[in-house]
Amino acid sequence: MSDTPNPLPGHNMPHEDYLNATYGIRSWLLTTDHKRIALLYLGSVTFFFFIGGIFATMIRIHLLTPTGALVTPETYNKLFTMHGVAMIFFFLIPSIPAVLGNFLIPLMIGAKDLAFPKINLLSWYIYIVGGCFVLYSFGTGGLDTGWTFYTPLSSVYSNSAVTPAVIGIFINGFSSILTGLNFIVTIHTMRAPGMTWFRLPLFVWAHYATSLVMVLGTPVVAITLLLAGLERMFHLGFFNPALGGDPILFQHLFWFYSHPAVYIMVLPAMGVVSEIIPTFARRPIFGYSFIAGSSIAIAVIGFLVWAHHMFVTGESAYAALTFSFLSYLVAIPSAVKVFNWTSTLYKGSISWDTPMLYALGFIGLFVIGGLTGLFLACLGLDIHIHDTYFVVAHFHYIMVGGAVMGYVGGLHFWWPKITGRLYPEALSRAAAITLFVGFNLTFFPQFILGYLGMPRRYHTYPPEFQVLNVLSTAGASILALGYLLPMAYLTWSMRYGKVAGQNPWPATGLEWKTDSPPPTENFQATPEVTWEPYDYLNRPDLGLTAGSPLPAPAHGDD
Amino acid sequence: MHRTGDLYGQFETLEQQKQTASLGMWVFLVTEVLFFGGMFLTYTINRSAFSTAFGIGSNTLDIALGTGNTVVLIMSSLTMAMAVWSAQVGKKQLVSIFLIATLGLGTVFLGVKAIEYKQKFDHHLIPGHGFDMKYHPTHPMPGDDPKELALENKEVEEALAHDPDINFHGQLYFSLYFGMTGLHALHMIIGAGLLLWLIKGSFAGRFTPQYNTPVEIVGLYWHFVDIVWIFLFPLLYLIDRHR
Repeated sequence: MSDTPNPLPGHNMPHEDYLNATYGIRSWLLTTDHKRIALLYLGSVTFFFFIGGIFATMIRIHLLTPTGALVTPETYNKLFTMHGVAMIFFFLIPSIPAVLGNFLIPLMIGAKDLAFPKINLLSWYIYIVGGCFVLYSFGTGGLDTGWTFYTPLSSVYSNSAVTPAVIGIFINGFSSILTGLNFIVTIHTMRAPGMTWFRLPLFVWAHYATSLVMVLGTPVVAITLLLAGLERMFHLGFFNPALGGDPILFQHLFWFYSHPAVYIMVLPAMGVVSEIIPTFARRPIFGYSFIAGSSIAIAVIGFLVWAHHMFVTGESAYAALTFSFLSYLVAIPSAVKVFNWTSTLYKGSISWDTPMLYALGFIGLFVIGGLTGLFLACLGLDIHIHDTYFVVAHFHYIMVGGAVMGYVGGLHFWWPKITGRLYPEALSRAAAITLFVGFNLTFFPQFILGYLGMPRRYHTYPPEFQVLNVLSTAGASILALGYLLPMAYLTWSMRYGKVAGQNPWPATGLEWKTDSPPPTENFQATPEVTWEPYDYLNRPDLGLTAGSPLPAPAHGDD
Repeated sequence: MHRTGDLYGQFETLEQQKQTASLGMWVFLVTEVLFFGGMFLTYTINRSAFSTAFGIGSNTLDIALGTGNTVVLIMSSLTMAMAVWSAQVGKKQLVSIFLIATLGLGTVFLGVKAIEYKQKFDHHLIPGHGFDMKYHPTHPMPGDDPKELALENKEVEEALAHDPDINFHGQLYFSLYFGMTGLHALHMIIGAGLLLWLIKGSFAGRFTPQYNTPVEIVGLYWHFVDIVWIFLFPLLYLIDRHR
């Protein structure tokens, strides 16, 4: 295969790659190849995204009328709970790390695989077993405690299938822990010659920070859910005030993980954006070390803010003040990233390719989500908008507007590497815009609803809120279309898309220096890194030199 | 990935493979610290909230068995360290001997733990419907010292005057006692499984000065489980101990 950056029409698919090296169901279910495991994860997280999406659809249909259009109050409680559990634990947390991170980290650092390939496969099986328990809970009575499992509702009073769900999430936690462990060790010990810490792609830095949170936070929520589960099964009293236990302790322990878990979802998306922006602005990233450091800073500060979820539990005023202040601090590294991305765009040679649309969408939505987070970190204001749709809108701007936009953008960006094929560009741009419009129409009205006082988790609302709720439901249908389109054309492109070649954009990362799709051992020979990261002005090997005309990105429908 | 001798395919050198394995185990142990950490926190908070009930709970534990078990476990850490050393210097026979000794001591620990659990069961100290802090002082078992029983009875009576919910709070103590020692015992059982796997390998002569990573990282795990007990023992047995 030639080293030219432009995918000429005559490009051929590589002879043997990780997809066609072996055949048969066994070769997939027993694989230890990180790229195949990433695809196993891709299939399974998409499945859970559908499950969570169905619940979300039912919630939005129900809220079309003030008295509730679809289900009983009890069922409504189950819908929002199961939506949250499926989306958070089984889609958002594994999405970017276990799919894109798994596929890309070894390629980006020039390794043949992750440090522990068998543990990588084990983590997928653990995820599947945990997922089965949760599906069993959904199918045999459902779950109505809210995704937060607050005690004593979850441990004593709920009549739904809490025990299997808690067991499932407990089990699934170990999948996350093992993935994080594998990434940390891989990044430490498996880098190719010349790949120093400050030559690592920012995607890898973001995953390093994410892995720290996975490794330090997940065990705590695991033990917390174990205690809550034991309390439910054996009528113990750890968190039950009637038996002397402390329900607030549960909330502290729960949020000690579940707040940092937000950063498990959004940090990898930030890593994706840091790769896409310089590629389509044709400029070295601005402030590399600050973006890298801000990922670590977010992971560290993220562990010190959990009690801002508990401002109305009656925690001490001093604790509340401290946690409010620390929550504001998270804005600093987040803003560092946003400013550095925008500075990278400045005087760049920007092209509006699909991944770039997602990355720009991410920046805008993340800024709205982040700034409204500051409203919520403000003690006085939080009393007013706590547990309203304002909170719902805020975290959907971060998790859907941020994390999911990053995930879908990243899938597009690396799709040519994963499958060796290009997707149709015009259609995918239309889908990106549909997704953006649908998202904002769904969730912006919820900010207003919340500010006006509509509480979350209620199955009815006063009639004056109907217009905004109908707008939100209308937006959700557009949003659904925005998700179904990429699923359709990406699947189509796996077989019918144009052959991409090694480096269709072109981008500067090591993963673009090998075949698309890569061979099982990733590189024909161990690569040696002699360049600085994102050096779009000085990479003659990719046809990128200062002053010479810029190669245009290749498109599936050129 | 194919394996060539002792070198797995994803690595370039044995040195890199060894570093990777040992870093992996250290990171895993960090997750374990946080896993146990949640329980230690729950215990500490409840201990300070219900010190009377927890104090009585501590007093019901058998200090002789607890101390003995602590010694047994520290000894097993010594034999484990010796096994690692023997593998590093290439004394193949000694590796097997020390691994078997470690497994033996671990089994003794678990056996003693089982005896202690049985005692709690006989004394109606298992959280649940039959739980009663006053059961044992009023229903002596064969071999009990009547003087001790009288003291125990007096103590429970005094505590009841103080804290009428002593049976609830005592259940919290025993829930945490069984939770923490149970989780620790589960780790010991997993450790015993790992030791069996090492013993099999060492009989086959697999561990040499060039390749002894499995012995080393199982050693790290075993020492960690030992250290957890070093914290559990004073927390559960020694605080507020009187009589």
